[in-house]
Amino acid sequence: MEYEAVIGLEIHVELQTDSKIFCGCSTAFGAEPNTNCCPGCLGLPGTLPLLNRRAVEYGVLAALALNCQVQEKSIFARKNYFYPDLPKAYQISQDDYPLARGGYLEIDLPEGSRRINLQRAHLEEEAGKLVHAGDSIMSAAYSLVDYNRAGVPLLEIVTEPEITSGREARLFLEELRRLLRYTGVSDVKMEEGSLRCDANLSLRPAGSSELGTRTEVKNLNSFRAVEQALNYEAERQARILAGGGEVIQATCHWDDSCKATVVMRMKEGAADYRYFPEPDLPPLLLERSYIEALKEKLPELPRQKRQRLRERYGLDDEEAAIIADTREMADFFECAAESYQDHRNLANWVQGDLIYQLREAGKEIEQISPALLVELLEMLDRGEINRPVAKELLEEMVKSGASPRRLVKKRGLGKISGTEELAPLVEQVITENPEAAENYRRGKKKALAFLVGKVMALTRGRADPQELNRLFKEKL
Amino acid sequence: MKLYEMTALELSRLLGKKEVSAVEVTQSFLERTGSVEPQVQAYITQTPEIALAAAEMVDKQRARGEALSPLAGVPLAVKDNICTGGVRTTCASRFMEEYIPPTDATVVMKARRAGMPLLGKTNLDEFAMGSSTENSAFFPTRNPWDLQRVPGGSSGGSAAAVAAGMAPLALGTDTGGSVRQPAAFCGLVGLRPTYGRVSRAGLVPLASSLDQAGPLALTTADAALLLSLIAGEDRLDPTSSAAPVDDYTGALSQGVRGLKVGLLAEHLPPEFDSEIIAAVRRAAAALEKNGAIVEEHAMPHISSSLEVYYLLCAAEASSNLGRFDGLRYGRSESAENVTAMYSRARGEGFGPEVKRRILLGTAVLRESRYERYFLQAQRVRALIRRDFEDAFSRFDLLLGAVTPSTAFKLGEKIEDPLAIYRGDICILPGPLAGVPSIALPAGTVSGGLPVGVQLTAAPFNERVLFRAAHLLEQERGGRPLRPQPAPPAL
Ligand SMILES: [Zn+2]
Repeated sequence: MEYEAVIGLEIHVELQTDSKIFCGCSTAFGAEPNTNCCPGCLGLPGTLPLLNRRAVEYGVLAALALNCQVQEKSIFARKNYFYPDLPKAYQISQDDYPLARGGYLEIDLPEGSRRINLQRAHLEEEAGKLVHAGDSIMSAAYSLVDYNRAGVPLLEIVTEPEITSGREARLFLEELRRLLRYTGVSDVKMEEGSLRCDANLSLRPAGSSELGTRTEVKNLNSFRAVEQALNYEAERQARILAGGGEVIQATCHWDDSCKATVVMRMKEGAADYRYFPEPDLPPLLLERSYIEALKEKLPELPRQKRQRLRERYGLDDEEAAIIADTREMADFFECAAESYQDHRNLANWVQGDLIYQLREAGKEIEQISPALLVELLEMLDRGEINRPVAKELLEEMVKSGASPRRLVKKRGLGKISGTEELAPLVEQVITENPEAAENYRRGKKKALAFLVGKVMALTRGRADPQELNRLFKEKL
Repeated sequence: MKLYEMTALELSRLLGKKEVSAVEVTQSFLERTGSVEPQVQAYITQTPEIALAAAEMVDKQRARGEALSPLAGVPLAVKDNICTGGVRTTCASRFMEEYIPPTDATVVMKARRAGMPLLGKTNLDEFAMGSSTENSAFFPTRNPWDLQRVPGGSSGGSAAAVAAGMAPLALGTDTGGSVRQPAAFCGLVGLRPTYGRVSRAGLVPLASSLDQAGPLALTTADAALLLSLIAGEDRLDPTSSAAPVDDYTGALSQGVRGLKVGLLAEHLPPEFDSEIIAAVRRAAAALEKNGAIVEEHAMPHISSSLEVYYLLCAAEASSNLGRFDGLRYGRSESAENVTAMYSRARGEGFGPEVKRRILLGTAVLRESRYERYFLQAQRVRALIRRDFEDAFSRFDLLLGAVTPSTAFKLGEKIEDPLAIYRGDICILPGPLAGVPSIALPAGTVSGGLPVGVQLTAAPFNERVLFRAAHLLEQERGGRPLRPQPAPPAL
């Protein structure tokens, strides 16, 4: 039987506020353990949660970017469980009345675009971090706990179970990351844990509408891991079903080194978090006008940006996708495109050499002035430099931020043209390569390219090849 | 009259006229405490050095002619579930025996800034769970009126301290009557303010949607002074109200002419002590005599308050007490793994009543029972609130009993928690609706024990409580009710 996968994602995004969601402590990364803490986020008795308005604003911005219906009234709830990284033994979250409901995100697939619907998005607080002197909290000789992250604001985004493959899940997450980076509410780094994803997956006979038994897949620490783990899990379940077996509801752990999911625990004694409305916080009431004002603040989002890049600058899908990958990249492109008319050529340079050089130099696009790239391309277009030199200049320009024109002057990298300078070189090459010269005289056209190449090598690519062709023909 | 026999207002006047110094006042209470505390056992921690230092400071400020709060130099006892920075706050629990909070609760901070010397931290039922102070993990407190009897609870230590002349004023907390019931048992004025009127920041929570701190005092004027000091919006408590703070002292003398008073039929059932019913009726007559219009009134849903209160209070408490895991503060135990560590710290740190409520609350919140118990209790709570709204559309005040009986004997009910729960029937509906209530002494009964009556008003209408309570106090002679004879000195 043919099976199809039914996948739902639960995504946690750390919101990039300066202070925590319920106290004034800093959210800065990399501080000494337990230094960004106060009585509030340590859960000392008598402390009360004080809601950070910026966290709400960021949550609403993200929800609006995801086309959610932001609720005028939402209610915080306590999710109760004991764990050493949870100072109050409950996490302040939202349950029946989330910040936002519905919403969707469109992803582009080769076969066309697809809309993935969302269930909800809600605010909650991050837990602390445990370090075990051993494998797990149960077997370790001791465990250490750092509450610096406890209370960092999180937005939890839950999709409908309508993703059908690991690849779709990865594309969804990549587009989500792009979108959230555009809105500026999070740095969305999976490697650093500011974007985390759990998935649940079940199989059903292709075309059927019933849902099978699902497993939950955790420990997905990269986009690649999400894709691989879900594909693996789908195959694992398919093998069980094909063998006449039954999938057992369980939580699985993705082992990235073995490339396999490992069943962690059966779901029988499913956790009961004893949710109830948080009595320490009044309901979160948002005025329509507040929500509308934030909607106005939303920047152009990736999908619209890509479309506009295609329409306005004639870019193809792939070019538009690469240029619109970040707001900064697109801004750079558009700024350069104002004064440089060959947009395709500009896009080519940006998505190819420029991105490569940025990566090599470990720099960000916003550190480079678009005017410099335009200057470089104009010099190339006017024939003042040739392509290899242009690439060399680009590298230097990205590294030092220097003007290409000034670099050319300083280093004498301009094109060498004119008989005066080239003739002696032509003479020299003919003398040093009599065989090739002879071959050309005998009508072997290829020999000319060889000779020209020799001069190019001598001038480190700066000689004008057309001029050289003419000179060699004359001489020979 | 000795200084420790005076009311806060009398002390305030003497201090203001520089007839006594704050140090003398504080010394007087410390000496009194030295002689009666061994029998009464109201305090878990005494802080004479802190009190004297604060008193000296006030005297200096007064000598310099600085503007001072009317309560400057008037000492204060604080229930030991209210955080005091640098002074251990035990909640009368083994778990918190050594816990020293880093900062003051907002109410304590306000009292200290006003120059009230902190005499100490008073005994309570562990984590404020109880009505007799017998659930203290350390020792029971005795009622200064009869040392064989309980002072009530959970603010029993605060009530006993004031009644025995060991403090002129005390702070308690009232979740389901824990200020008003000990006030009634000890012959004091006890006020539970409107939910949100007084900051909860720094109160070790029992049930967050119900907790309020309030004064225990000898007179209505004293209670008004302390409420004026502690009331108001607090940035540290998102459930505190921005409603302006009224002039409570000014309301005292305004009388009751024209006020409509509902006499609560539910508070006068035949199983109540007949002398208590008589006291309530006497109060009704006194109000009527002074121009109030009194009518009997029924509130159909308040009879369910007991069940609703215990379900919701236990649910919230089970969650609020989760943080006591022994990791960051409080009793810490090492064990072979983290689960065993929790079990040992909590198993050994918490007393039986605390465990009982944590278990009940945990059960009520389970997904399978949430709808049937927690949500159902919330619905009935809404109906109770509606009962009060209806009542206050007709009446300015509701009058009723505080307790079904006078103070009971130590150990008398300790084996029967349900009997103790049932004793709270008159004081539970108010907190569920968030309305303010005041308990005030209405004389003594044949056994020589004090009896209280209760007035309840609409949210943020504490003024009308003070008007009526003050009038009833005047009718009774205007003096504090004092134990006769005073508890024997050692
Ligand atoms: Zn903090």
